[in-house]
Amino acid sequence: MNPNLNMSRLHLVTLFTFFSLAAFAQDDLMKMLEEETEKDKKPDYATATFKTTRLINGHSVENVAEGVLDFRISHRFGYVNGGAYELFGLDEASMRLGLDYGLNNRWMIGIGRSTYQKQYDGFTKYKLLKQSSGTRVMPVTLSAIASIMYKSLKDENPDRENYVTSKLFYSGQLLIGRKFNESLSLQLMPTIIHYNLVQGANDPNDVFAIGAGGRMKLSKRVSLNLEYYYQLPDYKLPGTTNSLAIGVDIETGGHVFQLYCTNSTGMTERTYISETTGNFFEGDIRLGFTISRVFTVKKPKH
Amino acid sequence: MKQVILIIFLSISTISVFSQPVYITRSGQISFFSRTPMENIDGTNNEVTSLIDASKGEIVFAILVKSFRFEKALMEEHFNENYMESTKFPKATFQGKITNLSSINFTKDGSYPATVEGDLTMHGLKQKQTATGTITVTNGKVSAVSTFTIKLADYKIEIPSLVADKISETIEIRVNCKYEPKS
Repeated sequence: MNPNLNMSRLHLVTLFTFFSLAAFAQDDLMKMLEEETEKDKKPDYATATFKTTRLINGHSVENVAEGVLDFRISHRFGYVNGGAYELFGLDEASMRLGLDYGLNNRWMIGIGRSTYQKQYDGFTKYKLLKQSSGTRVMPVTLSAIASIMYKSLKDENPDRENYVTSKLFYSGQLLIGRKFNESLSLQLMPTIIHYNLVQGANDPNDVFAIGAGGRMKLSKRVSLNLEYYYQLPDYKLPGTTNSLAIGVDIETGGHVFQLYCTNSTGMTERTYISETTGNFFEGDIRLGFTISRVFTVKKPKH
Repeated sequence: MKQVILIIFLSISTISVFSQPVYITRSGQISFFSRTPMENIDGTNNEVTSLIDASKGEIVFAILVKSFRFEKALMEEHFNENYMESTKFPKATFQGKITNLSSINFTKDGSYPATVEGDLTMHGLKQKQTATGTITVTNGKVSAVSTFTIKLADYKIEIPSLVADKISETIEIRVNCKYEPKS
C-alpha cells in the first residue's frame, strides 16, 4: 500500500471527524434548546374566542381581564320599516349604559341601566372551563351567568298593592363556546328566564330558550357576528318572537364598536330573549350599536 | 502513522481540556419597548429558555410569544392576535455566535463586552441580527444583558394607519438572562 495515500486518507478521516463534530455541535445546542422547551410545555389556552364580552345582544364566553373596567354604551334605534317619516327608526332610541369589571381572569360582574322600562340589571359571569390544547386538552370554553333585572317603571295600577318582587326577573345561562380556528368561533347558550309575575294566568313563569351564535373574522380587526335565540314553544310568552341579530365587531385599539341589526328592543336577557316582538323578516329590524371602552383600573402583578 | 495518531489524540485531548460547560437558563427575561409620544407599550417575558456553549461561543434562545405580559390586558390580546399572530407563529428563536469569544474568559470572574451575531426568527421570518451587550462571570455563573433594536417591517408586522401614531416602527429589545452551568 502506498503510505502517502494511507496518510492522506487518515487526514481526510480526521478532517471529517472535526467537521462532523462542529456540525453536530451547532445542531446539538438547538436540539438541547428544544428538549428544554419541551419540558416547559404548558396547556395552550384559546384566547380571543370573541372580540368582546357580548356576542351581539347576549354574552359571549369572553371575560374582561382582571382589574379591567369596561364601560359599554348600547343603542337600539326604532324599526327600519317605520319609513322615511321616522327616518327609518333613527328618531327613536333605546339605550343601556353598563359597567363591567373583572374580579379575576375567570370571574366578572356587571351592572346596567336600560331606558327600556327603566330597568336596572346586574350579572355575574364565571368561566368554568377554558378551551385548551397541548398538554391539557379541553374542547370548549364553558361559562355560567346569573343575572337579575329590576323593572323600575311606575306601576300600572298604583291603587292596588304592588310588590317589589313582581318587578324582578332572573336569568341563568350556560355558554358553551369553541374557537375552531383563527376566524371561526361558535357558541351555544341554553337559557332559563324566570318571571315572578306574568301577565296572563296561563303564561309560563319560566321561559326556556336555546341560543346559538358565532363569529367569522373578516380581517384581523373586523368580524361578522350572528346570534339567534330559539324559545321552546311551550315555554314562551304569547305574542313574542325569537331574537335574531346580525352584526359586525370593529376593533380600534382600546375600543370595540359593534354595529348590528336586530328585531329585539331590550338589551338584557329578559328583554331580548323572552320579550322580543318584532318579526325580523317583515322588516321589524332595529339598527343598533355598542361602544365598549376598557380602562385598566388595577395593574396586573407580574 | 504515529504522527497522525498523535495529532488526532492531541486534538481530541485539547477539545476535552478546553471544553467548557454549557450554560442554561429557563427563566430568562426579554422585554420590548415601543415608544411614541402618544403611547408607550412594553411587554415582558420571564420564561425565556437560553443556552450558551462557552467553548464554541454559541448562544441560542427560545421564547413563547404568548408568555409576554403587559400592563393592559387588551394590549396583550392585540399583541398576540393582530401583530405577532402567536397561534400561527407560537415561538420566536435566536441562534447566534459570540464574535469576540477570544476576549471572554468564562472561567474567570469579570465583565466582558460581547457582540453576538445570528438569526432571529419570529412572526415566521428569519433575519440576521447583531446585538452588543455584556457577559458577566461570577462564581461559575454567567449573566448576559443586551439592548438592541429591530424594525417591525423586517418581520412583516404591519401597523394599521389608525394606530400608526401609537406604535413605534422600531422596537427596543432588552435581554437579561442569568445562566447556570448545565448539569
